[in-house]
Amino acid sequence: MSHTSPQQMEYNLKVVRQFAVMTVVWGIIGMGLGVFIAAQLIWPELNFDTPWLTYSRLRPLHTNAVIFAFSTSALMGTSFYIVQKTCRTNLFSDKLAAFVFWSWQTVIVLAVITLPLGFTSSKEYAELEWPIDILIALSWIAYVIVFFGTLMKRNTSHIYVANWFYGGFIVTIAVLHIVNSMAIPVSFTKSYSLYAGAVDAMVQWWYGHNAVGFLLTAGFLGMMYYFVPKQAERPVYSYRLSVVHFWALISLYIWAGPHHLHYTALPDWTQSLGMVMSVILFVPSWGGMINGIMTLSGAWHKLKTDPILRFLIVSLSFYGMSTFEGPMMAIKSVNALSHYTDWTIGHVHSGALGWVAMITIGSMYYLIPRLYNQTSMYNVRWINTHFWLHTIGVVLYIVALWISGVMQGLMWRAVNAEDGTLTYSFIESVEASYPFWFIRFVGGLFIVAGMLLMAYNTFRTIRQGSPTVEYVDLPAKATKPAEQPA
Amino acid sequence: MSSFWSAWIIVLTLAFLVAIIWLLRWNMKNYTGIKEGELMDHEFDGIVEYNNPMPTWWTYLFWVCIVWGFLYLALYPGLGNFAGLLGWTSSNQEVLSLEESEQATAAAREAGLIVQYDREMQQAEEVFGPIFKAYAERPIKELAQDPEALKIGQRLFLQNCAQCHGSNAQGGNGFPNLTDDDWLYGGEPEDIVYSLVNGRRGQMPGWKEQFSEEQITELAVYVLSLSGRKVDPELANAGKQNYAVCAACHGQDGKGNQQIGAPNLTDNIWLYGGGSQASIEETLRNGRNGVMPAWDDILGEDKIHIISAYVYGLSQE
Repeated sequence: MSHTSPQQMEYNLKVVRQFAVMTVVWGIIGMGLGVFIAAQLIWPELNFDTPWLTYSRLRPLHTNAVIFAFSTSALMGTSFYIVQKTCRTNLFSDKLAAFVFWSWQTVIVLAVITLPLGFTSSKEYAELEWPIDILIALSWIAYVIVFFGTLMKRNTSHIYVANWFYGGFIVTIAVLHIVNSMAIPVSFTKSYSLYAGAVDAMVQWWYGHNAVGFLLTAGFLGMMYYFVPKQAERPVYSYRLSVVHFWALISLYIWAGPHHLHYTALPDWTQSLGMVMSVILFVPSWGGMINGIMTLSGAWHKLKTDPILRFLIVSLSFYGMSTFEGPMMAIKSVNALSHYTDWTIGHVHSGALGWVAMITIGSMYYLIPRLYNQTSMYNVRWINTHFWLHTIGVVLYIVALWISGVMQGLMWRAVNAEDGTLTYSFIESVEASYPFWFIRFVGGLFIVAGMLLMAYNTFRTIRQGSPTVEYVDLPAKATKPAEQPA
Repeated sequence: MSSFWSAWIIVLTLAFLVAIIWLLRWNMKNYTGIKEGELMDHEFDGIVEYNNPMPTWWTYLFWVCIVWGFLYLALYPGLGNFAGLLGWTSSNQEVLSLEESEQATAAAREAGLIVQYDREMQQAEEVFGPIFKAYAERPIKELAQDPEALKIGQRLFLQNCAQCHGSNAQGGNGFPNLTDDDWLYGGEPEDIVYSLVNGRRGQMPGWKEQFSEEQITELAVYVLSLSGRKVDPELANAGKQNYAVCAACHGQDGKGNQQIGAPNLTDNIWLYGGGSQASIEETLRNGRNGVMPAWDDILGEDKIHIISAYVYGLSQE
């Protein structure tokens, strides 16, 4: 008689709560470290002559903390939430989901210990040594099983577009991590890459660029496709646009890595292919921005009053800006100016602080009260304050590094007309960069101040609420004709 | 690369681009069974989707980028072994030595190919080569009096030498000061040119196997006494007993030997550690390896000539 009394099942919101809280915690740590090393560039004394406080060891810790601690905790938490809600079912396995949470936090704690101690494979964004790499692989495979297992047992006819993006990101990161981390261990704490020379460089940047493309882009587009229509309370602008830009985005991104290796020992044909695909990638990247921003049509007035929506929409604007900038920088003749300068760092941060952090912060302000039986955050005005702190911080950061980056590129290529010698020595370009590094540092302070306000707001929200218990009604099971009593 | 892998790349690339075109064309038609502008027939946690067409300007932009992609791959190397219609490469591909590089440069020039790096180097050589050539024909001692030559020499020095010797040429720990008149290998113009063209290797062996810690301390104190420092005379005397092995290179009087780059120990000018007793003991214990690289292949003789004039001039002031 199941069809007359619908069964209910409880969503697993516990693991979502855990990831949401850790997103805020790691956000402060990761961005705080960024501000600290930004200060070290201006005042090198801040390493206190202590090896584990030096820039070279804290910089990988900063990148790991923001990519794998802050961003990935946000992605794991929101994907577990969205896949349950949009598939009308609970997670495939609560135990495996708990394993994903605890193993992933262990990976990050191990990073916090080993990177300052100087253990590194020296591959950018893949610095962690081989025992930790194995734990990452195990944790990620569990993540794959939980996410796709949940999709398999969904109670909806279709799979919502947000889950395509999460699914694409989850599968690809597993492949990227495992292939790029192949190494021969020589001791428990040291290994050497399986690849050599230009092949190693190509594998590394195939990984590196797609960590950006899948983790920091596709995954967050999944987040965008849920929280933007939810917060705007408007239908998604175009279903067919989402089909084209999803398939084009994930298939083009995988070719784009060689643009990190323009004018190096990488063969010309590889560089050209990477550049061509990067430039075409510009169009599907903008597809996501259009679909997000146009979802707001008919609800633009909400931007006046809703600071969460402001976070979400401004994040899409930064996304559009950096996905225009990226393909442009992938063009060889532009890259000849921009490569190795601050412009690259500015570009990464307009993506990381403008797009990734803002969409995450907006989504968390939507999600956290709903995880703790509240209708909104403890103080909505503080969200607005956070919005302005963050926006001012990002603008200061990227404008400063645009100027210093272009300036460095121009100084490095300037030659004296009389004898063809370089006009400036390298150190002169460093000296000229100091004012801009100071502005960048100030921008960072604004951003961390905003994150601290968010943490306090979150703390007060959690304290006045209680964990949400939410059920989903199972659809009446269609009984097979053969089982019907005669 | 082998023709198999070349074909693999060509087929994969073209098939991929065709698939993207198909994807775009497929979605430009309304295949959903739902009128354009209306809602799709599914709903997820309250979220619905419009069946709006893709923005026209956006699809045009997509076409432009794809067409440009085909054009670029026709003109430049990208499709496997296909060299591209322009005959352009960034640099000679797959060369493993300077000799191979020179051969490839000559071959590319004959075939009329555009090797960008070679072209840029050639252009620079055509414009600036005669300027350096003119200076190279004048003696270094004369150039060292010519402010224009010194300006050029200083620029070359700042780009190529300052990393080790400092932008003021006063060196650093392990890197000789070029502004004093103390020379490890001689300070005449031809000595400086030789150092730049061929490089130098300063080898001080370590003595910890031969001497006890005590003896090393005694030797260090004796070495300090050579440059007139106030030291414990007893220790210095004891050190002097073992100095014979040092004299082989540094001379009985400690004034060094420029033939082999053995430093003068009597002038209170120190290459390592500013002449502290601890650093001299360290030198005696473990030895030192000083390397000045050879610049002939990188700078060429004409530029070395003018840098030598600048360096020579530094010690003449």
